[in-house]
Amino acid sequence: PQIFEYNGSAVVAMVGKNCFAIASDRRLGVQLQTVATDFQRVFKIHGKLYIGLSGLATDAQTLYQRLAFKHKLYQLREERDMKPETFASLVSALLYEKRFGPYFCQPIIAGLGEKDQPFICTMDCIGAKELAKDFVVSGTASESLYGACESMYKPDMEPEELFETISQALLSSVDRDCLSGWGGYVLIV
Amino acid sequence: MGDSQYSFSLTTFRPVGEAGADRARAHGRRISGQTSLGIKAANGVVIATEKKLPSILVDETSVQKIQSLTPNIGVVYSGMGPDFRVLVRKSRKQAQQYYRLYKETIPVTQLVRETAAVMQEFTQSGGVRPFGVSLLIAGYDDNGPQLYQVDPSGSYFSWKASAMGKNVSNAKTFLEKRYTEDMELDDAIHTAILTLKEGYEGQISANNIEIGVIRADREFKVLTPSEIKDFLEEVE
Repeated sequence: PQIFEYNGSAVVAMVGKNCFAIASDRRLGVQLQTVATDFQRVFKIHGKLYIGLSGLATDAQTLYQRLAFKHKLYQLREERDMKPETFASLVSALLYEKRFGPYFCQPIIAGLGEKDQPFICTMDCIGAKELAKDFVVSGTASESLYGACESMYKPDMEPEELFETISQALLSSVDRDCLSGWGGYVLIV
Repeated sequence: MGDSQYSFSLTTFRPVGEAGADRARAHGRRISGQTSLGIKAANGVVIATEKKLPSILVDETSVQKIQSLTPNIGVVYSGMGPDFRVLVRKSRKQAQQYYRLYKETIPVTQLVRETAAVMQEFTQSGGVRPFGVSLLIAGYDDNGPQLYQVDPSGSYFSWKASAMGKNVSNAKTFLEKRYTEDMELDDAIHTAILTLKEGYEGQISANNIEIGVIRADREFKVLTPSEIKDFLEEVE
């Protein structure tokens, strides 16, 4: 069995005008059987920083717990929130620590940086960062997501239009993927 | 130090309250050793120390009492040179580890905290002795110019201006009189030189003091003897 396709997932993030959107599907499966239709894959790190984790669900949850832990300590020590770029470096370092026994997740990080500039990036399961200016995708539906985003995306969209675009992109892609779907969860900041 | 029953280890408390070697250090950094001082200006920080060498035969260019910990943080000490070198090495490594994790240069407060934590460990572990140095750490980061003093006990304080070493009380009185909140960095450098001169036994010159400066460009620099000479001439 393919480890990245075990639970099924679809996560996407897009950049708008002084805002970002991050969305995921809601299905949790065990190979072909659907086990839950309300599974959360996008987690909050702080008010302006979110992380979506596709791939193996148990690793997604554990990785989120470890990251939340590290961020809380950072907040206490440095008396400030982490910038999205810094957080991305932290996630990358954490994943590479497990280079020869990795977390089977592909994170998508989305946040507002200094002066509320939107920041998104994705990385593979061992921490290779990939910054993007427009959108990032991951999960079993990633190929369909790439196509949908590429055609539907426009730069500098306002929050309402961004919401429509990302929702349509997500829904149409997961419809073409049997392992993800059962609704979507969209977050706009 | 008196009670032979309890003096088998530097890091064991006597019933009275204070462990052997730390009695001297706990209350006030009775670190003697050459005077050093630091002043935080509105647009930067200056740290300085006297560089008295044991003999005229010593090559003074080989002695570096002021060192940088990162490109934007520098440090000077009073006390034992070898202990200082060990701390510098450790602090530099900690700064790099932070960068490796966050790809961001370490804030001054964090580096001070971690260095102080190292110094504290050595007051509580077995078989080691506390570091015989007090440090003045100067840096410039997103929170502006900062100056911190770290003692052998591991306690640290942020200062607007401070001095350490043998002439500390006179130097601090002098600084208290001369310090102003909105001092410019060049004024601060002049004040630093004057303060060193106050307690200096002998003739001060560009080769027997060391000055380190960090401005708003966030680059810590140790001044060259010729730069020091220019400031000395302005002072006289």
